[in-house]
Amino acid sequence: MTETAPILEVLDLRTHFFTQDGVTRAVDGVSFSLAPGETLGIVGESGCGKSVTALSILRLLPPKLSRIVGGRVVFEGTDLLTLHEPAMREIRGNRIAMIFQEPMTSLNPVLTIGEQIAEAVRIHQGASRKEALARAVEMLKLVRIPDAERRVGDYPHQFSGGMRQRVMIAMALSCNPKLLLADEPTTALDVTVQKQILRLMLELKERIGSAVILITHDLGVIAETAKRVVVMYAGRVVEQAEVTALFDAPLHPYTRGLMASIPRLKHNRTRRLAEIPGIVPDLRTPIPGCAFAPRCPLATDRCREAAPSLDDHGGGHFAACWEAGRA
Amino acid sequence: MTPVLEVDRLVKHFPILRGILRRPVAWVRAVDGVSFAIAPGETLCLVGESGCGKSTVARLVLRLDEPTGGAIRLDGTDVTGLDEREFAPFRRRVQMVFQDPYASLNPRLKVGQIVGEPLENYEGLRGKALEERVAGLLAKVGLRPEGVGRYPFEFSGGQRQRIGLARALALNPKLIVADEPVSALDVSVQAQVLNLMMDLQEEFGLAYLFVSHDLAVVEHIGHRIAVMYLGEIVEIGPKQVVLDEPKHPYTRALVAAAPIPDPRAKRDTLVLEGDVPSPLNPPAGCRFHTRCPFVMDRCREETPRLREVSPGRQAACHLLEA
Amino acid sequence: MTTAAAIAQPPVPIRGGLARFARRNPTIVIGGAMLLLMVCIAVLAPWISGDPFTVSPADRLRPPSFSDFFASGKIDRFGTDNLGRDIFARTVHGTRISLMVGISVALLATLIGLGIGLVAGYFRLVDAIVMRVMDALMAIPSILLAIALVALTGGGIAIVIAAITVPDIPRVVRLVRSVVLTVRERPYIDAAVSVGSPSRKIILRHILPSTIGPLIVQATYICASAILVEAGLSFLGAGVPPEIPTWGNMIAQSRLFLARAPWTIFAPGICLALVVLSINLLGDGLRDRLDPRLARRM
Repeated sequence: MTETAPILEVLDLRTHFFTQDGVTRAVDGVSFSLAPGETLGIVGESGCGKSVTALSILRLLPPKLSRIVGGRVVFEGTDLLTLHEPAMREIRGNRIAMIFQEPMTSLNPVLTIGEQIAEAVRIHQGASRKEALARAVEMLKLVRIPDAERRVGDYPHQFSGGMRQRVMIAMALSCNPKLLLADEPTTALDVTVQKQILRLMLELKERIGSAVILITHDLGVIAETAKRVVVMYAGRVVEQAEVTALFDAPLHPYTRGLMASIPRLKHNRTRRLAEIPGIVPDLRTPIPGCAFAPRCPLATDRCREAAPSLDDHGGGHFAACWEAGRA
Repeated sequence: MTPVLEVDRLVKHFPILRGILRRPVAWVRAVDGVSFAIAPGETLCLVGESGCGKSTVARLVLRLDEPTGGAIRLDGTDVTGLDEREFAPFRRRVQMVFQDPYASLNPRLKVGQIVGEPLENYEGLRGKALEERVAGLLAKVGLRPEGVGRYPFEFSGGQRQRIGLARALALNPKLIVADEPVSALDVSVQAQVLNLMMDLQEEFGLAYLFVSHDLAVVEHIGHRIAVMYLGEIVEIGPKQVVLDEPKHPYTRALVAAAPIPDPRAKRDTLVLEGDVPSPLNPPAGCRFHTRCPFVMDRCREETPRLREVSPGRQAACHLLEA
Repeated sequence: MTTAAAIAQPPVPIRGGLARFARRNPTIVIGGAMLLLMVCIAVLAPWISGDPFTVSPADRLRPPSFSDFFASGKIDRFGTDNLGRDIFARTVHGTRISLMVGISVALLATLIGLGIGLVAGYFRLVDAIVMRVMDALMAIPSILLAIALVALTGGGIAIVIAAITVPDIPRVVRLVRSVVLTVRERPYIDAAVSVGSPSRKIILRHILPSTIGPLIVQATYICASAILVEAGLSFLGAGVPPEIPTWGNMIAQSRLFLARAPWTIFAPGICLALVVLSINLLGDGLRDRLDPRLARRM
């Protein structure tokens, strides 16, 4: 797939949540890898485990409710799951940074944004107070916040939604991370602002040379930004391919259903949309076969009994489906 | 034919109250002179970004808020000045579907009580008769009649939106106001609900006022589109012409910004700078002039009027006069 | 039409028994059990103790003696007071007064406050006026109000209950109003309006149920504080007439003989503390269960 060594390799990751009603297999054997500087999109509907995967990589899940029960997360040669918490803290926000959906809840309302950006720089880069603040101003300029020298002293509520997300990006990139995890970074924003933010993120990523994992439910956002795509369903990877290959010829019936069911601007002018019948399975009961089988038009007995593995169907196009050959 | 709904220069200003006397110190101009009409069986979509006033228009039509000015006519009758008692017979002609399928159903009530509430109010139905009507309504929206005795938490998001639709249908309305009815749903479920809404429209001859920020959804379900920006309609017309050849720069920017799920698609490179200004102090002249790539001196001073640019289609932009 | 989409998930089964409930909510169980015991004592008072009124000058200030505890006619289980009255009997009968005052005040204050709060929260015009009246009521100290009322009417349990209830009402009104103000912004209230439900129905069916949880919690605190205030009033001589056995009266009377006969204060004092503790435990437990958001804030 890539000649250089991957910067991140997730191998058979399994994250379970322990609730009153039993064990939820939120992430159930997810594997993928990422080359330096690459943009990988993870797409799926709510509850498919895409956000939990990102939080598992950074080990940010609530410790009492959840546990990573298996797998490896190899970042630059070290398995993050074996690291002690202080070592992990050294990586978080420094070599791996994260951007969340709701910028308001991820920013501290009682600190100025300058202080918040500077804090990360001081902790991770050992910079002095003055240097860190200068770095904060520089970062705000980079994300094109007008009048950065003055605004560095403003509080989060003094910024609009789009500006706040710019601040989040500035904060995430302030330590030149090798990997940026962006979890639905533009979902809370208006479309015209979404476009600005996505462009900005990709442009800065090129400049800093970080790899990006972009998590979203929006196939449109994926098509416009990602180079390679992982499609998730019910805690598992069902398909993985280069973005053009995926949109040209999706192999997994779920991916195909998803693509047929989205209304597209200036595309399909038929009145009715294709539906995926049924609902997402309950992840509290173990699913022996393919998780999509109950909703799949091609499902056979084999699909219900044995889970298909993620196999290469040519040219780095992977799909986990027994019937992937059948159209 | 008389339109089911006619909105005439509708205005809604919310006061910002300060001090112990609760005197208004400023006004949020949420809706500022909006006019449109919806014919029976037609879907008019209101699109725009957050703060453009599209949801406020929906609430005004349902009398969940009182308008500051302008008129709302239902089947030709002006209902703006009516009190709650006089308005009651009109209320059943206009029903609503809400955005959040979780918050719009009372979690403490059973589905039968939720869907049956309008029938209790208007037809005085109780007991067995009510239950049968509710079961019939549930069947219409693709839910099993056993659902009557269940609570909302036992249903998924898409199913809850069906329950909301059943409640809206109970009184055989002529118009359903739908405020972002699918934006909280997953895409595969979104398709189910959109298809259902189109089926119901055909079956009952419903008209929809469909509020959305998603142009792809709007193109799918709508007949006509009205684009709103900061409390005003900037362009209105049949959906295909508006989306294919947007006349107003804001419409063009909206179409350009909608992400296309096709990596090979050719994309309009128009990107707007900045965020939507606050409706508290909307810019003078054309409200879009702060973000418009084609801004002229005239736009900063003179407010453009909506004018017909082709049959059935209007836009408000000084560029269109040149 | 997709039929599969219409299949609702089965309801979540309620698991675990009483033991599990007790392990999860120890304060509810301990507080509830203690309170239940007190209620039993209050109800059974005439059968488990002697006459609290009999004055026996020969038996004045006898210390407690625990031999032959259940013998009939025995009066020195907890000792006797300065008039030779049976402290055990007086304490047991005092439970009745304390619980009656506590429960009556809690019921009256919550019911009246609930009614006012619902109306004030829902109708904006009423709100401004009602809330200013409530502010005025809240400024009245219950002790002063009680002293004034007792002076005017000559006292009695009903007066004590009224005097404690009035200043508690605004607290309930404020609580109910805040719940109403939050709930009325929920979309399902808009939905009820748009299907033509009248205000009365919206208040009773859609808003009232949300106030019950916080109200129960508030009622327990009101109950506990009412019991304390009643004891305080009796102690000051502004409450129930002194011959009636209440813990407050007993503590007030024992004050003069404390050095010679310390036991006269033990029984009513300990009972008062136990009742208030049990009600507060119950209230805290209920709060954690019914209103977890509030619990985290407090």
